[in-house]
Amino acid sequence: MNVGLEQYLVVSFLLFALGLLGVVMRRNLLVIYMSLELMLNAANLALVSFSRFNNKLDGQVLVFFIITVAAAEVAVGLALIVALYRKRQSAHVEDLTTMKL
Amino acid sequence: MQYEFLPWLTLFLPILSAAAITLFTLKHRNVSALLSIGAIVIGFVSTVAFIVANGWITDETAVNWLSIGSLHIDFGLKLDRLSEMMMLIVTGVGGAIHIYSYGYMDADRSKARFFAFMSLFTFSMLGVVLANNFIELFIYWELVGVSSYLLIGFWFEKPSAADAAKKAFFTNRLGDFGFMLGILVVWAALGSLNFTQLQTVLTAKPAALGTVTSIAGLLIFCGAMGKSAQFPLHVWLPDAMEGPTPVSALIHAATMVAAGVYMLCRVLFLLNADALQVIAWIGGFTALLSAVIAIQQNDIKRILAYSTLSQLGYMIMSVGLAGPTPAMFHLTTHAFFKALLFLGAGSVIHALHEEQDIWKMGGLRKKMPVTFFTFLMATLALSGVPPFSGFYSKDSILGQALDQGNDALYVVGAFTAGLTAFYMFRLFFVAFVGKPRTETAGLAHEAPAVMAWPLRVLGVFTVVGGVIGVSQIYASQFSPGKPTESFAQSVIDPLAHPFGTTIGFVFVLLGIFAAYALYRDAVNDPLPAKLGGLATAMKNKFYLDEIYEKTVIRAHDSIAAVMDWIDRWIVEGFCIGLVRGGTDFTGRALRLLQTGNLQTYAFLFVLGVAVVLYFVLMK
Repeated sequence: MNVGLEQYLVVSFLLFALGLLGVVMRRNLLVIYMSLELMLNAANLALVSFSRFNNKLDGQVLVFFIITVAAAEVAVGLALIVALYRKRQSAHVEDLTTMKL
Repeated sequence: MQYEFLPWLTLFLPILSAAAITLFTLKHRNVSALLSIGAIVIGFVSTVAFIVANGWITDETAVNWLSIGSLHIDFGLKLDRLSEMMMLIVTGVGGAIHIYSYGYMDADRSKARFFAFMSLFTFSMLGVVLANNFIELFIYWELVGVSSYLLIGFWFEKPSAADAAKKAFFTNRLGDFGFMLGILVVWAALGSLNFTQLQTVLTAKPAALGTVTSIAGLLIFCGAMGKSAQFPLHVWLPDAMEGPTPVSALIHAATMVAAGVYMLCRVLFLLNADALQVIAWIGGFTALLSAVIAIQQNDIKRILAYSTLSQLGYMIMSVGLAGPTPAMFHLTTHAFFKALLFLGAGSVIHALHEEQDIWKMGGLRKKMPVTFFTFLMATLALSGVPPFSGFYSKDSILGQALDQGNDALYVVGAFTAGLTAFYMFRLFFVAFVGKPRTETAGLAHEAPAVMAWPLRVLGVFTVVGGVIGVSQIYASQFSPGKPTESFAQSVIDPLAHPFGTTIGFVFVLLGIFAAYALYRDAVNDPLPAKLGGLATAMKNKFYLDEIYEKTVIRAHDSIAAVMDWIDRWIVEGFCIGLVRGGTDFTGRALRLLQTGNLQTYAFLFVLGVAVVLYFVLMK
């Protein structure tokens, strides 16, 4: 079987859909966060495959940037979750409803 | 023009003193009083100096105040014989009243406030006199209204004084509304508001106003009707007696009520024959009506108030008869003797501890000689007895009526002169002659010197005011061609129309003798018994206040009630209520969407993206 662009894109879509499902369905903030990362990496995969398909390096360069930024983002995001946990003794989204009137 | 700053100084000193009193010296009663008196006396002196330096100059000095499109408004002073004489009257008679007030208001705890208001009033009146265009005039005109409100309501703790102040203000505003419309009509038709320019335009082309000439004239007269208290807007003036007596003197003699007559003389060129006819008849009717009412009043100040109305009627009538010279002449002499009468009444009231009923006075001749003699002179002058000033001016008005061939108004004027003599001598005999009717009247004492001296000075002018050439000064402005008269000529001036003068004088003598016969030794008023219902009607001012109450005010109240209902239920309830209620309801409904759950938001967000993608990619 010849593995082409379509197969990569299907995998990327599946990863993205799984991540989205995780974000919407799971209750634990940490898991939601990991699901978010999954979605991010689905996008990375799509970028890399397009880059390869077009024989241009732009997409791969962009992926490096995204990985770097994601690392920084993880640091900030985890710090926020830890701070929230210390404050509320809970990391479940049902407990975070102060935005409601 | 030399010393151009002097009129500006005269105009602005009173407002400066008012500001200084209000800001700095409100705690120091006598300092405040002296500031105010100083301002007006310096004003008088600088006016005299200006006239001595320049003669009776006709000139204009102005600074541009605002320009919007084709509308240019100056802040300027119009100087001519008319305004210069008025400045002398306002600062001169006003100054005498200020000095008198120093004594009169001595016991009042708000003396400083009183003098601040007086200065404000003087400033406004000088502004009216000096204004060189309609807008400036109107601003000062309203300022006079405001300061009269403050002064009439000076004792605002008394409900009657507060009501009187309101009444004066509203009635004046009613007239001013017409005045403002008149100004707008003039501006719309002629495109200018400067008096000199208007006069030039109208002299060159008398029909420049076209069909609205009469309407414009009458609308402008509305303003004069309010300020100069002409029927049917006269009702505020008798009530304005609630203010302190010097205020009455100031408002009634030299300033406020004179403003209407002065304004009409200033814009006489705008008034056509039809408008003048209406003005003359309203003036004549006011003169007669208020003289009749005055006969049955018992409050000393109210009698004088109605006599003011009556004399103003004369002046307005004279303007209406195309005679600004007699009108201004009478205004001038009236300023002297009416100020004197009010100040005299003030010192009587002061001496009798705020007693104003003439039937509780009597026998004041020995107790208060200065007041007695000056009051007598002023009474003679007001009644029109020769050779007092009032005789000359009133006679010149009657002469004007004869010259214009308006015999009906002449008869009204002559008859009113008789009534004037009657009610003034009724007041005089009851209040000053005979025996004291009450214990307080027996214990009366003469006023202090600071109050007596203004009386003496005004007394001099009351006697000689008719023959010192006042009339000639006005005449040389209004009818420049006429040769000037010598002193001797002006003394025998009334003999120019001997028949008219004699008839008028006979009426006056009849009035005096009737008053003498009825009131010389009267214990109470014999007239009600003789006249029955008529006397009651006179006493109640022909029920005019009640009629206004029942008609105008009632109608106004019902319109107001309807408007209130519309505002409350239609505007507030329906229109605003619908918008407010709708917003509120929608807000409540939409709030349900905000669950506060992060994942719902995320889900909806994804759903939204999916919908957008669907429309973008699939269509």
